[in-house]
Amino acid sequence: MYRIENTQQGEKYNTIFSRTTPAQRRKRNARSRLRSRVLLGLYLFLMILPIYWLINMSLQTNSEILGSMTLWPQNLTFDNYLRIFNNPSWYMGYVNSMMYVSMNMLITICVALPAAYAFSRYRFIGDKHLFFWLLTNLMAPPAVFLLPYFQLYYSVGLFDTHIAVALAHCLFNIPLAIWILEGFMSSVPKEIDETAYIDGYSFPHFFIKIFIPMIRSGIGVTLFFLFMFSWVELLLARTLTATNAQPIGMIMTRTSTASGIDWGTLAAAGVLTIVPGILVVYFVRNHIAKGFALGRT
Amino acid sequence: MNNKVQNNRAWLLVLPMLVLVAFSAIIPLMTVVNYSVQDVLGPNARFFTGTEWFESILNDSALRAAFARQILFSLTILAIQVPLGIGIALIMPKRGWQASAVLILITLPLLIPWNVVGSIWQIFTRGDIGLMGWGLRELGIHYNITRNAGDAWATIILMDVWHWTPLVAMLCYSGLRSIPEAYYQAARIDRASKWAVFRYIQLPKLTNVLVIAVLLRFMHSFMIYAEPFVLTGGGPGSSTTFLSQSLATMAIGQQDLGPSAAFSIIYFLVILLVSWVFYTTIMHMQKDKNPHGGA
Repeated sequence: MYRIENTQQGEKYNTIFSRTTPAQRRKRNARSRLRSRVLLGLYLFLMILPIYWLINMSLQTNSEILGSMTLWPQNLTFDNYLRIFNNPSWYMGYVNSMMYVSMNMLITICVALPAAYAFSRYRFIGDKHLFFWLLTNLMAPPAVFLLPYFQLYYSVGLFDTHIAVALAHCLFNIPLAIWILEGFMSSVPKEIDETAYIDGYSFPHFFIKIFIPMIRSGIGVTLFFLFMFSWVELLLARTLTATNAQPIGMIMTRTSTASGIDWGTLAAAGVLTIVPGILVVYFVRNHIAKGFALGRT
Repeated sequence: MNNKVQNNRAWLLVLPMLVLVAFSAIIPLMTVVNYSVQDVLGPNARFFTGTEWFESILNDSALRAAFARQILFSLTILAIQVPLGIGIALIMPKRGWQASAVLILITLPLLIPWNVVGSIWQIFTRGDIGLMGWGLRELGIHYNITRNAGDAWATIILMDVWHWTPLVAMLCYSGLRSIPEAYYQAARIDRASKWAVFRYIQLPKLTNVLVIAVLLRFMHSFMIYAEPFVLTGGGPGSSTTFLSQSLATMAIGQQDLGPSAAFSIIYFLVILLVSWVFYTTIMHMQKDKNPHGGA
């Protein structure tokens, strides 16, 4: 037996071969753990500061923001948030963003699932070239496609609709989804497919009833990524919309008027754009680390 | 188990994806190619110009400067974010509620829309109402991102580090989590130093995810647009105007179809070249590790 747990056995081994006593070693370990906790705490503190400042400002009146420097709100106010929730032109921005993001997630996952299955299970003519070409789309800068997109969607009458943005975001989301899903699918043993066919399952039946439930955590991670990249992208969303489907990020720019910038409302709107992300990340937190490695480690 | 079955009917499974991606990638790309060799004066007035636009773009000193700036920016943030990300991944807690709390906190910057990131930093760094601007002023440091190009650069790099280091950290964290505990125990028995553990166990296991991290970071840094646009508007002067912004100004702002199309193609080819180099590197590394596998 070569199994040496990090317990007594390991301790015994260390005592035999090492000059430092167990007490010294424990002390050293505790010190290094403390050091890493302090460093991590410092990083998290610095990372949170800008976000804290945004929240801080969103709870202040404009006169307080522009007045003296205060580290926390002196006269706590929720007016900035109420202004957003009471004005349709504001909260519709969130609705618009949500709509095209969910449309994009639905379309992408529907076409990416079968494609990823094909890449993970079969060899076919041109499969490697196709896969590489897909990856290049992931890397295509949206700025390159701005002009043609604008003209294409304008000419087919899709300009300023949610579906236009949802389709445009497929450009980078479909390749990403296929890349992640392929990794998860390849980790499912092939014997399962074969057994299902021998048992007389048809392909669609097998795929929906057996295969998809097996990789559902992979699908969850994929959906998280689709949400994330569609939610944060604004260059395409801005170009393809005018009024009806404008994303919240664009509506936020309206806070600058002739009388200056309405900092409080801008900050409150900013805070509200972070909330959906936090909710999504909370639900998939246990799968995130694996998904960030794109299922490949 | 790894050998795949030859089956050309698999194309049927790929077809819906292909139709969609063709609609969102190939048709627009064809339009761009079309414009890049034409002079468009109106709906029915077009002239074939050959490579004229390409020549004028390649000779444009402002664009060359933007390109050099872009390369410098990408290399700088990679040099900062990769070591920092590895460092954070190493000190992140391994299990328990702390691990998931840190994970959620660390993902926060990634989930903020890119122009909101710009707004946050604009607020944060302003001398009159921002914490950082105010703090620096109290310390007696002259800091102004709208006047001083150096300050603007430093702020944009700081903002990008804040925004994207979490991605590198999470990739590395998941890479570290996949190292079996037995490796560490073997190292402990050999009395390996911390550095040796990092150099001979952790780093080799991380190469795979690091290639993905560097690839994603490089590509995204090339596409950076909304953050500097909101923060500095590309100024002062053109000191923080990167490639995407030059392109967007040219295409949408000035409606220069031909030159901006030619610019797009050159831009895309650069990205394609880099991604091809990375892609073949990844595939080679996977082949070395697993001789029977492959892409």
